[in-house]
Amino acid sequence: MMRPIATTRSATGIPTGKLAVWWLIASEIVIFGGVLGGYIMHRLGHPDWAHQAIHTNTWAGAFNTFVLLTSSLAAVLAHQAAEHGDGKKAAKMLYLTVVGGLVFLVVKSFEWSHEIHAGYTITSNTFWSFYYTAAGIHGIHVIVGMIIMLFIAADAAKGKELQRVENVGLYWHFVDIVWIFLFPLLYIAK
Amino acid sequence: MAELTPSVAAPATAAPAHHGPSYVKTWGILLGLLVVSVVGPMLEIRVVTLLTAFGVALVKAYIVAKYFMHIDVEKRYVTYLLFTMVVLMGLMVAAVSPDVLKHDGHRWENRAAKRSVVRGENSAKAAAALPGAVHH
Repeated sequence: MMRPIATTRSATGIPTGKLAVWWLIASEIVIFGGVLGGYIMHRLGHPDWAHQAIHTNTWAGAFNTFVLLTSSLAAVLAHQAAEHGDGKKAAKMLYLTVVGGLVFLVVKSFEWSHEIHAGYTITSNTFWSFYYTAAGIHGIHVIVGMIIMLFIAADAAKGKELQRVENVGLYWHFVDIVWIFLFPLLYIAK
Repeated sequence: MAELTPSVAAPATAAPAHHGPSYVKTWGILLGLLVVSVVGPMLEIRVVTLLTAFGVALVKAYIVAKYFMHIDVEKRYVTYLLFTMVVLMGLMVAAVSPDVLKHDGHRWENRAAKRSVVRGENSAKAAAALPGAVHH
């Protein structure tokens, strides 16, 4: 069977598939950087946002940080297993990572339900517009990562395309890093 | 069309050997830093909040990038690529920030922003005046 170019070619010293993930991350830096930079500027220019920020739930944010850091550990352990050629263990670790993503989304949905019920919606104030936009874009990235991971885990369990385990791990760690910055901005700076 | 010829066959996993603390130990350090970033701001001292919340976030991001993403053993140009993006983003923020942070200048005034601040302050006061309001 023909193996894809991304797997077999490495013109730059990095396998093409992995290089593509680095480029993806580079473009994501600009996307999230723009949102976070915009938020920081507006937050500094609008001292009244502090009255809105006090309503975000620090403990929910902290718990979700714990969940994402733990899922990142599972992702890197999946990579380690793939390095040793242990596809079954890599798949297991990827499934654990997906469970972490799922827990993150469940906590987020409870949090958002509570906030929307309390009257803090995306249109109620520019702070909340940023809050829902930044956390929403991040949440979409979590969902996309989980879906891709499920496909890769299914292959890894059969011992196929193990190099993809590292690639999806890189993406997941980046999503984790974005949350590491979102957490203090949206939940700690009151 | 020219055929794409594999120049270097990629191994099953091209990851470099892991150096530094074990992954679980790294995770433990990250959790410790998470605790610091939550507890530090509780002291309600501005400098401590900045250091523990935002300073620690930088450290956590560095640890994840170095020990989980292995960026330090990746080809150097990957670091340059990512760093370039961060710099470009910083330039964008620096260029836009005067317009966003300041609400007036020598020959201009951002009335919408000023009104927004006043509206925000008023609605916060109104909310605080409501019976049963939570005072922070």
